[in-house]
Amino acid sequence: MTDNNIIELKGVSKSFNSHRILKNLSLSVKRGSTLVVIGRSGCGKSVMLKHIVRLIRPDSGNVFIDGQDIWELKDKDIFTLRKRMNMVFQGGALFDSLSVGENVGFELIEHTNVSESELWDRVEESLSLVGLSGISNLNPSELSGGMKKRVALARAICTNPEILLYDEPTTGVDPITADNINELIVSLHDKLKVTSIVVTHDMKSAYKIADRIAMLYQGQIIAEGTPSEIQNTDHPIVHQFINGLAQGPITETAEHFR
Amino acid sequence: MLGQVKNNLVAQFWDFIYFIGGITNLAAQSMYWVFVPPFERKRIFEQSKKAGVDSLPLVALISFFLGVILAFQISYLMQRLGSEMYIASVVALTLVRELGPIITSLVVAGRVGAAITAELGSMQVTEQIDALETLATNPIKYLAVPRLIALALMLPLLTMFADLIGILGGWVICVFRLGISSRLYLNITFDSLLFKDLFTGLSKTIFFGMIIAWVSCYEGFNVEGGAEGVGKATTRAVVTSFMLIIASDCFFTALFYFIFP
Repeated sequence: MTDNNIIELKGVSKSFNSHRILKNLSLSVKRGSTLVVIGRSGCGKSVMLKHIVRLIRPDSGNVFIDGQDIWELKDKDIFTLRKRMNMVFQGGALFDSLSVGENVGFELIEHTNVSESELWDRVEESLSLVGLSGISNLNPSELSGGMKKRVALARAICTNPEILLYDEPTTGVDPITADNINELIVSLHDKLKVTSIVVTHDMKSAYKIADRIAMLYQGQIIAEGTPSEIQNTDHPIVHQFINGLAQGPITETAEHFR
Repeated sequence: MLGQVKNNLVAQFWDFIYFIGGITNLAAQSMYWVFVPPFERKRIFEQSKKAGVDSLPLVALISFFLGVILAFQISYLMQRLGSEMYIASVVALTLVRELGPIITSLVVAGRVGAAITAELGSMQVTEQIDALETLATNPIKYLAVPRLIALALMLPLLTMFADLIGILGGWVICVFRLGISSRLYLNITFDSLLFKDLFTGLSKTIFFGMIIAWVSCYEGFNVEGGAEGVGKATTRAVVTSFMLIIASDCFFTALFYFIFP
């Protein structure tokens, strides 16, 4: 294993109720790079992300962060690891018992001793990065779906993590906001050298932010390459997916199963 | 047909084993986190208000009615025996030893336990509990422990109020309906109550409070299947709490019967 790979999945398999979601999946991400994982809805992309943040334990296989198996860490090291990485959930997953500001500053409030003024400065800074300054006092229930997603993004970047995982960050937001989010991901990558994994099926976003693109299909990575390699692929499944064609091997297999 | 019944029973047996394992695990972990700083004073206070102060009106109303009912029912027997004097002591003992604790616990299980499961269950289905973990926060420490402490503290206090208000209910009937003097009623009440009556009555409610917290948090954390799942889990939490409270009350009553004869 090279030092360069900050995240590495080796032979990860996972089933839910005898339905196999991940089949012997292997994947590695280089430090400071952005990997975009594409695939159809329900193909196990979110499950894969949750394996990396140690929310789901693989049935077999291992997940390594910095060369360490995350299921062999001690409580203290898990805590340190969790502080280094954050995840943006699909629906935002904001705590609705807290205000927007308390949500964004959650980790600072819970785990650091920053002063009140510094806390609110950093909350405001994170919110302005996602284009939502001045809404700290609102409740999450008062926000639209797209705003929730951006607040979730602000919460994830508030503590300057090294690793960021995004679960469909641009789904369900308007095209302008989607592009803002793309630019934010790119700037985090360029300026702060954040390692990111972005799960999406928004190909425009994928081409814009990715260093590498991987396609997840039937629980495995079937293709991986730079955006231009993926764009010019002759792999029939990848070709059908990135061009959004109704006819092709993916839908034929589905027909076949039916 | 018979095979299906057998399969069902086997499945239910495993569900039961799984439940026992899960709830024991949650109980052990939450007891561990209770003693690990930092202590969440603000959240314990918030939860105590929700579980205790906000339940007081309902508990007070129900225990007042209970005192009234008890006084009528007991006077029926006592009048036949010609010993109305003892109505006060029977009302007091029944309330303090048994009915105060059990009714308060059941009311709180229905009111607060259900709310806990629904809240944590909604958090589970909207990935908020996963989000807590990714923000380096243990959901048991952050969510379950404040509720556990709040319920274990508030239930004995609520029970004390329930006992007092129940006795007041009995007093109203005896004084205004049965013509027993107010002084006599109160004298007999407080003469017949021993410290051990109060102690056995209140101490078990600490445990009932913990049962409510554990069952409700367990069901909330393990919700599957969206809004429907939250509904099912809430029902299950209340039913299970009721059963466990009554069963353990039976156990405590027998235990105290032999320890404090």
